[in-house]
Amino acid sequence: MLGVLAVVYMTAPSTPPAAAPETGQTRGSEKGMFVATFVPQGGAARQNELQDWVLTLKTGAGQPVENATIEIAGGMPQHAHGLPTSPRMTDYLGEGRYRISGVKFSMSGWWQLKLGISAPAGSDTVVFNIVL
Amino acid sequence: MKRFPAQFREKFVTVFRSELRKNKGLERLRGPVKNAFGIALVLSLAAVVAGCGRPQFSEAEKRTIASLALSALPPLKPDTTNRYADNPGAAALGATLFFDFSLSPTGTVACSSCHQIGQQFQDGLAQGMGVGRTNRRTQPLAGVAYSPWLFWDGRRDSLWAQALVPLENPLEQAGNRAAYARYVKARFGERYERIFGPLPDFANVPANASPVGSAAEQSAWSGMSDGQRDGINRVFANIGKALAAFQRSINPRKARFDRFAAALAVGQEPKDDAVFSPEEIQGLKLFIGKASCSTCHNGPLFTDHAFHNTGVPPVVDLPPDRGRVDAVAQVEADPFNCLGTYRDGSPEACGELKFMVRDKPELVRAYKTPSLRAVAGRPPYMHAGQFGTLEEVVAHYAKAPLSVEGVSEVHPLQLSERERAALVAFLKTLSP
Repeated sequence: MLGVLAVVYMTAPSTPPAAAPETGQTRGSEKGMFVATFVPQGGAARQNELQDWVLTLKTGAGQPVENATIEIAGGMPQHAHGLPTSPRMTDYLGEGRYRISGVKFSMSGWWQLKLGISAPAGSDTVVFNIVL
Repeated sequence: MKRFPAQFREKFVTVFRSELRKNKGLERLRGPVKNAFGIALVLSLAAVVAGCGRPQFSEAEKRTIASLALSALPPLKPDTTNRYADNPGAAALGATLFFDFSLSPTGTVACSSCHQIGQQFQDGLAQGMGVGRTNRRTQPLAGVAYSPWLFWDGRRDSLWAQALVPLENPLEQAGNRAAYARYVKARFGERYERIFGPLPDFANVPANASPVGSAAEQSAWSGMSDGQRDGINRVFANIGKALAAFQRSINPRKARFDRFAAALAVGQEPKDDAVFSPEEIQGLKLFIGKASCSTCHNGPLFTDHAFHNTGVPPVVDLPPDRGRVDAVAQVEADPFNCLGTYRDGSPEACGELKFMVRDKPELVRAYKTPSLRAVAGRPPYMHAGQFGTLEEVVAHYAKAPLSVEGVSEVHPLQLSERERAALVAFLKTLSP
C-alpha cells in the first residue's frame, strides 16, 4: 500500500496558502491623517533588484503633503527577518510625491513596508503589503 | 489522456509486487479467491494510474519551476565599476594570474589552489587551505559575477574588490600589494600596459608594503608618499579587475533539472535523463512547497544573494565567527569598495552599498545563501563545512536548532525519512 499512498500524496493538491493580505497601492494611514499611494517607479515590483519607488502623500481632503520626512521599516511577517536593504527617501518630486530608493525584495512571498511619516501637520504610520 | 512516464509505472509496479510478496496472508489465498483478489488489485492499480495521469504540477508550481531553470538566468549585466570587466585581454591576464603560484611569497598558493578548476572551482575541504588553514569553506565560482556581495559574509561588494583579499590574507596567499605591483610589472608589464595603461615607476617603492600586512609592511606603507600609495593601489585594483574579468566567464552548466524544467515548460514528456523519478518529483514539490527551500534558494542560481541566520553551529576550534554583522564595517571601510576612488563609472552603481542594512539584530550569524547548482558534487556544506552530506543538511533544516547567537530564521518542520530522501534526490538533479 505504501506505493499507492505515495502516489495519492504526490498528486494531492498542495495546501492552499494563508489568506492573502490586503495589497492595495493606496492606503489610509493608521490614524487617518494621510492617504498614501506607493508604487514602483519602473511600473512593477521585481524580485532581487534594487528599485526606486514613489510615495504620494495626500491629506484626507486630497491636498498634497509637503515637507514630510519618511522612515522606512519592514520585512517578511512569516519569516524572522526584515528588509534586505535599508531604503530611504532620496528626493522630493513635488506635489506630495517622494522618491524612496533602495527598495529590494530578495524572495517571493508576503512583504510588509511600514512607512513612518512626519509632516508639519503631524505624524502617522502607513503599512503596505506587497506579495511577490 | 496523460500517462505516467514509463519509469514511474515500472517503479510503481515493482513496489506493488514486492508488497504482495511480503504479504503472507495473500500467499495463503488459493484458486478463485486469489485470482479475484488479484484482479481487483490490478483493476484498482489501473484506476489509480488512469486517474492520476502524469504527476501534475499546479500552475503556481510550474511558474516556480520555470523561475529556477537556468534558461531564466538573464545575461550578466555590465559591471560599470570595472571598465575592464568584459575586456578579453583583461580576462586573459586574469586567467593567467588566477593560476599563478607566484602570487604567493611561498610560491605555493594560487587562486586556483582553493578554487580548483576540476572541482567546480572549490576544494572539497571544510575550510580552505592556503598558506594556512582559513576559517571558511571555499565557495565554487559558477555564476559568481551575479552576486552583489562576495564572501560568505559579504565583506566585499564587487568581484574585483573580493579578489584582492586572499592575495593579502596571511592564511591564504599571504603577499602584499607592493610586491604584487612590482611582480606584475616585471612579469606581465607589457600585457598589463596594453590593457590598463602605463605602470608607475616603482624605483623608490619598498619591495614589501601594505596597509594590512605585517608590522614591517605596514611601516613601509606609512613611509611612502600619497602618490606612491595610490600608484600601488591602482595596480593592485587592476589585478583584481583582471581576475574579476576572468571569473565573469565561469558560469553554471545545464543540469538534469533544467532539462526536466524545459520539457515541463512546453508541456512535453521529459526524455532520457530529463525523466524524473517519483522520488525526485516528490523532492522538487517539497523543495518549492512544504519545505520552503525555494524561499531563499530562489531564481536560476538557487540563491536570493541575501544573508540569513539559519542556526548553523560554529566549528569549535575556529575563531569566533559572527557572519554578516561583522562584515558591514569591513565593507564600508574597504578603500576598494564601490564608493571608493578605484571604482570606474558612476556611483549610481553603488546602490547595494549605499542602501545596505547596517545594524539589525538579524545580521548576527547571518551568512549568504549559497547557490545549489551542482551542490551534490561538493561536500562538505555550510560556511565552514559543518555538514558532510546533503542528508545532514536536510536534517539540520528540518530540526531547525536554535542559533548559538542571534535568532535562526528557520522553523522546525516534520519531514518523514522518505521526504528527506526525496529532497536529497531532487538536489542531486541540480548537477549536469
